[in-house]
Amino acid sequence: MVNTPLLQIEDVEVVYDSAILAVAGVSLDVQKGEIFALLGANGAGKSSLLRAVSNILVAQRGRVTKGRVLFDGKPIKNLATNHLVRAGLVQVLEGRHCFLRLTVEENLITGAIGKGSSRAETKQDLAHVYALFPVLEVKRKQAAGLLSGGQQQMLAIGRAMMARPRLLLLDEPSMGLAPILVAEIFKTLTQLNREEGLTVLISEQNAAVALRHANHAAVLENGRVAARGSADVLRGRADIRAAYLGLTPLPPHKTAHSTELTV
Amino acid sequence: MTLSRTHLTAIALFFVMALAVPFIPSDYLFEAILTPFLAIALAALGLNLLAGYAGQVSLGSAAFMAVGAFSAYNFLLRIPGLPLLLALLLAGVVTAAFGVIFGLPSLRLRGFYLAISTLAAQFFVQWVLTNFNWFSGGDTSGIINTPPLFIGGVAIDTPVRDYLLSLAIVSLLTLLALRLVSGRTGREFIAVRDNELAARVLGVKILRVKLMACALSSFYIGIAGALWAFLYLNTVEPAGFDLDRSFQLLFVIIIGGLASIRGAFLGAAFIVVLPLLLSRAGAALLGATFDSGLVDIVEKIILGVLIIVFLRIEPAGLSALLARLRLDRFFASTL
Repeated sequence: MVNTPLLQIEDVEVVYDSAILAVAGVSLDVQKGEIFALLGANGAGKSSLLRAVSNILVAQRGRVTKGRVLFDGKPIKNLATNHLVRAGLVQVLEGRHCFLRLTVEENLITGAIGKGSSRAETKQDLAHVYALFPVLEVKRKQAAGLLSGGQQQMLAIGRAMMARPRLLLLDEPSMGLAPILVAEIFKTLTQLNREEGLTVLISEQNAAVALRHANHAAVLENGRVAARGSADVLRGRADIRAAYLGLTPLPPHKTAHSTELTV
Repeated sequence: MTLSRTHLTAIALFFVMALAVPFIPSDYLFEAILTPFLAIALAALGLNLLAGYAGQVSLGSAAFMAVGAFSAYNFLLRIPGLPLLLALLLAGVVTAAFGVIFGLPSLRLRGFYLAISTLAAQFFVQWVLTNFNWFSGGDTSGIINTPPLFIGGVAIDTPVRDYLLSLAIVSLLTLLALRLVSGRTGREFIAVRDNELAARVLGVKILRVKLMACALSSFYIGIAGALWAFLYLNTVEPAGFDLDRSFQLLFVIIIGGLASIRGAFLGAAFIVVLPLLLSRAGAALLGATFDSGLVDIVEKIILGVLIIVFLRIEPAGLSALLARLRLDRFFASTL
């Protein structure tokens, strides 16, 4: 039992409005203490898969129609999102979703609600987040709506950290951000991973950055896993380089990477 | 807890209202202005908790006022010797339970659709209270006079006493509301209002928060309804709690300021004083031939225009205007 993955996704299928198949049988394991990157183009099913994990599909008329998700070895099918947060599984949504009219600090405190933190714990966690993202401390009294996109992303991550997660899900944290900010955010995530053993499952279109920081990765295409393996191996593969990293000229048809690579 | 300038102003205002104002020798002031102002302000405060802070629109506030008024009446009628304050509290609790039932659609509906579903409360309550005279204690006239009120042997029978009782209850509940909205409850309300999905992901129990907002808001509105009927009108009748009243409360919080406690008071003051000012102005301008029906029409036109102006230019209402004025004065004094 020592090596039970922290998160097990087993043959999960996600359908929206009983008609649109977004994820078609995906299986993944995320080990304790690693950074796992979920790569793929728009509409590949990355967000749907993350939403299935944190049980927020209902809000978008989606449903897990097949398969199951286990967190810490336990199936989470019937656990509401607030229970998952309490158990240590916290998601940062795509597009940040800060509470624009609350101040930065109020946003962060909101993140402690789900955990049910005491006043002292909240204070301690605030200090922790401010240490991770010093810019947030400078702007703590400002309305979140006045922050730049990058600062809002930091706020969203900081807010999730307030719940003291063991597994942090991030949905496209690089969306709409300058490369230098993306690098800073990934640096902080890596720091959290190394120093505090935080397990991270991150979905990204920016495959180059994600593969540089991740331990393992999987590539989704049309709701299926098209490739998976250690980040280093994937980074070296010609088809991945061509299709997602733009490092070598594109082959005439990108059909090569539909075979699965097992590691 | 540090006291901000706003707190100090509010405390000063309370002492003036409680200690100095009662000595003004004018029954008219208490009967026609201050008591209704306090009841409307409390109801608007309740609506603001739901609509302003938690973002759930309601067009059924008057129905909840009616539930509060009729519950208080029935408690006093059916339980002899029940203290008035306890009856008011129980009326609030009954209304809160009612609010939770009619708040259930808010779990599935949003915005415009939710607003329409709250109309159900408005029409249902009025229909029940008009058609089943059990609620009026068997009275068939449609209008019931309120029984004489006592608190610990003191009769609440003069306009000043009506006013002082209203002031005490409203101040206490306002204090409670201030505490709630500046703490965790307020943050949860705003989180659900601003971004339900993000709140859900953070582990906020959306269901609980929404129903809590409904219950809390209805509790306030129910007690306000009882104050309105018992201390201002001195009668209890379903017709006084119609859709117009619901809209009036909505106007109060739009003009006063959404998601603002003092906004409810500013808006209520405005709504109560405006028709009085208009009729005075009308009488002064047009003399004795002046038609009082005209005041009604002019009042509606002015309100309508103001609401459009506020929604367009200052969605945060009078409350924000006041804050800005104060800021300007602050800068003027420091420069």
